[in-house]
Amino acid sequence: MNDPLPYVLTIVQAAALLLLAPFMVGWVRLVKARLQNRRGAGPLQPYRDIRKLFAKEAVVAANASWIFRFTPYLVFGVTVLAGAIVPILAVDLPLAPVADVIALVAIFALARFFIALAGLDVGTAFGGMGSSREMTIASLAEPAMLMAIFATSLITHSTSLSTIVAEIHKGVLLKPSFAFALIAFVLIALAENGRIPVDNPATHLELTMIHEAMILEYSGRHLAMIEWAGMMKLMLFSLLGIALFAPWGIAGTPGGGSVVLAFGVMAAKLLAIATGLPVLEMGLAKLRFFRVSEFLGVAFLLATLAILSHFILER
Amino acid sequence: MMLAGLLIAPVVTAVPLAFYGHRRFAPAVNIAGSAAAFLFSVGLAWQVFEQGPVRTEGGSFFVDAFNVFLAVLTAFVSMTTAAFSRPYMAHEFKQGRVGPRRMRLYHAMFQLFIFAMLLALLTNNMGILWIAMELATLATVLLVSLYRTPESVEAAWKYFILCGVGIAQALFGTTLLYFAAERVLGEGGTTLHWTNLNAAAPSLEPTILSLAFVFFLAGYGTKVGLAPLHNWLPDAHSEGPTPISAVLSGLLLNVALYAVVRCKVLVDGATGTNRAGQLMMALGLLSLVVAAFALFLQRDVKRMFSYSSIEHMGIMAFAFGLGGKLATFAALLHMLVHSLVKSSIFFTVGHASHMHGTQQMDRIQGIVRGNPLVGWGLIVGVMAVAGLPPFGVFVSEFLILTATMREAPFLAPILLLGLAVAFAGLLRKVQPMVFGVPPAHQVPVRAAHVPVLLHLALALVLGLFIPSFLSQWFETAVSMMRW
Amino acid sequence: MSPVFLAQVIDLLSALVLLLGFGLLAQRRIYALLHLFAWQGLFLAANTAIVAYGAGVRHLYFSALMTLAMKVALIPYILHVLIRRMKIERDVETMVNVPLTLLIGIALVVLSYNVMSPIQEFSTLMTRSTLAIALATVMLGLLMMITRRHAVAQVIGFLAMENGLFFAATSATYGMPMVVELGVALDILIAALIFGVFFFQIRTTFESLDLSKMARLKEDVGE
Repeated sequence: MNDPLPYVLTIVQAAALLLLAPFMVGWVRLVKARLQNRRGAGPLQPYRDIRKLFAKEAVVAANASWIFRFTPYLVFGVTVLAGAIVPILAVDLPLAPVADVIALVAIFALARFFIALAGLDVGTAFGGMGSSREMTIASLAEPAMLMAIFATSLITHSTSLSTIVAEIHKGVLLKPSFAFALIAFVLIALAENGRIPVDNPATHLELTMIHEAMILEYSGRHLAMIEWAGMMKLMLFSLLGIALFAPWGIAGTPGGGSVVLAFGVMAAKLLAIATGLPVLEMGLAKLRFFRVSEFLGVAFLLATLAILSHFILER
Repeated sequence: MMLAGLLIAPVVTAVPLAFYGHRRFAPAVNIAGSAAAFLFSVGLAWQVFEQGPVRTEGGSFFVDAFNVFLAVLTAFVSMTTAAFSRPYMAHEFKQGRVGPRRMRLYHAMFQLFIFAMLLALLTNNMGILWIAMELATLATVLLVSLYRTPESVEAAWKYFILCGVGIAQALFGTTLLYFAAERVLGEGGTTLHWTNLNAAAPSLEPTILSLAFVFFLAGYGTKVGLAPLHNWLPDAHSEGPTPISAVLSGLLLNVALYAVVRCKVLVDGATGTNRAGQLMMALGLLSLVVAAFALFLQRDVKRMFSYSSIEHMGIMAFAFGLGGKLATFAALLHMLVHSLVKSSIFFTVGHASHMHGTQQMDRIQGIVRGNPLVGWGLIVGVMAVAGLPPFGVFVSEFLILTATMREAPFLAPILLLGLAVAFAGLLRKVQPMVFGVPPAHQVPVRAAHVPVLLHLALALVLGLFIPSFLSQWFETAVSMMRW
Repeated sequence: MSPVFLAQVIDLLSALVLLLGFGLLAQRRIYALLHLFAWQGLFLAANTAIVAYGAGVRHLYFSALMTLAMKVALIPYILHVLIRRMKIERDVETMVNVPLTLLIGIALVVLSYNVMSPIQEFSTLMTRSTLAIALATVMLGLLMMITRRHAVAQVIGFLAMENGLFFAATSATYGMPMVVELGVALDILIAALIFGVFFFQIRTTFESLDLSKMARLKEDVGE
């Protein structure tokens, strides 16, 4: 308790996630608009959207149960918690002991579970369809996600995020298992965040939407929280990816100067991702829903190959 | 000298045939080339008989009692097949089933095929052995699809793909073999020489060689037609022109089995057990039983005899696997007589299907009335191949059975069952074909009598007594086996 | 360059070869298959060259060059021309569904590893760990030949299998003796030419390279 810095850092980390996530999404949309020869809204547009939604009245269907009202708060809270435990700026934070990758996956699963329930809760056709599709994807994405994470844990002999990051930070280069796990992770992250080619975040086309279909009944502050949580999730996955596969620049021990440096490096990496993502999306077409299983199958395959090549090549 | 002549003769013959294979004199050239190869092979055999094993300078080729007798057999059967193919292919040409270009292809590839088999037999290098085996496939695959019917193209494709898959396993086995050998013999071109490997066999790593043998058996075993990798064989052997069926069934299978046995000798040397032989026995018995029962289901006559070939290759693989003096001796004898008899059967079947314009057995009847020699040749050949005395097959099968009784009596019933079923299946199908009432669509054809008679006479002679030089060869070949 | 670094590069390249083996299994479109195959050859050639450099084995440079010429340039080019000339259907249907095929592929990799790991113990070469990958590549090619129903896809499977065999020779013993390697290359070249002939034959007799139309040769049951 004698050094308050780590605690401050934890809070700063969570706050940064909370505040910067809309900017990142705004940036992604801007780049995408420019790539499509549109002017697009400025990167600050998501902040305005969120403010607008908070100002509006939340309309709740007459037959909605407590689950429907409870879900936005849960999703939001859980996402902020996840933001607190992922080592973003430094590795040796107070929450490090609970920063287990499996716990992290479970946290996301919890949020997803409640969103799917809420989608079913009101009993509209779209909500149910969205939930069913979401769970189909989840049932394929989560095992693949775990496999990818196991691959990194095999390399670093730990499932604790802090240890993994610290180990990789020491220098793991050019390992095939590592490369496979990275590609698998990217594919899963695309699916988890409802990006093209699995889902289209910009669509409200009834036959293709997945995530949007589930939250179609939400409005006002409820919608704001879910949207905001979604933005944070995108940023969190980016951060997780950076932490697992490119943690260079992170502060080894909490300390003044290194943290500032870490912050700058992190911001640069995030910006790179936020620019790369729309470029990647531009090159892809959305898959038919029945092809999604193949897409995630490939992710699973890569993650498995990562584990296998660890055993075959790197012993 | 003899060795070089034997290998060069087919290549030299192939060149003019590639350009003039459709001319009237082409079959004569084909026969002359094969006859030259046969003379050289006899000369080589004489050399081996007089001086013992021959090794060329540098050791690239190695001829001992085992492969020289197969080389003579190969050259002999290809010579008689060339003689048979003359009237047969003339008939096909006249019927318009093959044009001039395909005649050229046929004649050139026939000689190349013989070259590939002789190379596989005579080379000392396990790598070259693989290359020659693959070359033999490549030379014959276009001949199987010679008629360009949907069936023949399908058969050829299946042949190509399945044998390609199989032979790839054998190459992996060769790699493993080289891997093991390099540790003992060092790097270099002579490491894969069979003579060197054989000398060093006891010090080769048994784990690696056991694994290598699995790949060898899967690979070359596919070409032998051992079940369960036999699927391509009935198609390939039945859809091509009959002379090709005769050499495929009569010769190529032998060469593939020869490759397996060469590998087995090395593996036995390394492991000091007969585990490799047990694998061969299992596959051999399986092939025997599967093929024997499949005989009953056949309607196409060439297809049926292809299954009969699988059956006999199964018996040989079993006998080689069983090991021991008696069984190995019998297996060698069986190789010899089966080649002679099976190719003569294909000769007669080829003529019979020309007489009736079909290969469907229910449309072939009363061959004896149309052409007594073809009819009698067929029935006598079938009796011989089914293992009736006094033909050579009877002797070899009897010896194998005796050896089985002594070494592994619990397997004897399976062996007997397979033989009995095959016997019944063959005779039941062939009897009406030969002696039935000739249908109206039967037409006379010009048949090549000499090859059939020659083969059957030899098979008969081998059933009555085995010449001393032959048994001496067999004895030497047997002594080479380690188990 | 340090041997550790070289070994890492070799591992990475061999993993890519394996990955491309899976890519071939999953890919439906013919041109993409061809490109994947060419990439596999390229990685293989690069791998061979690096092994040649790392181990100081001269003749492997030659093998790498031969692979480059044949597997990356010549054979894909021939196939490309054939496909264009013959206006072959672009889509290839797979027999078993793709995820299942990939799962079988993973099982084959595990199997190869199990088969080869006792053998690897005897090797002291820098490439010893890639032996299992080589066998796995062979097995994946085999699987591709079994699951595909299109002539071109089967041929590519065959050639991928050949890639695996070449890879095995490199990683087990730094390549087979030169005579053997040349002979094998010659055989493959002839095989590729014959495949081309076959495309024409199949095309003219079946009017398609989809081999599911080939079902004439079956056992007649009963009489």
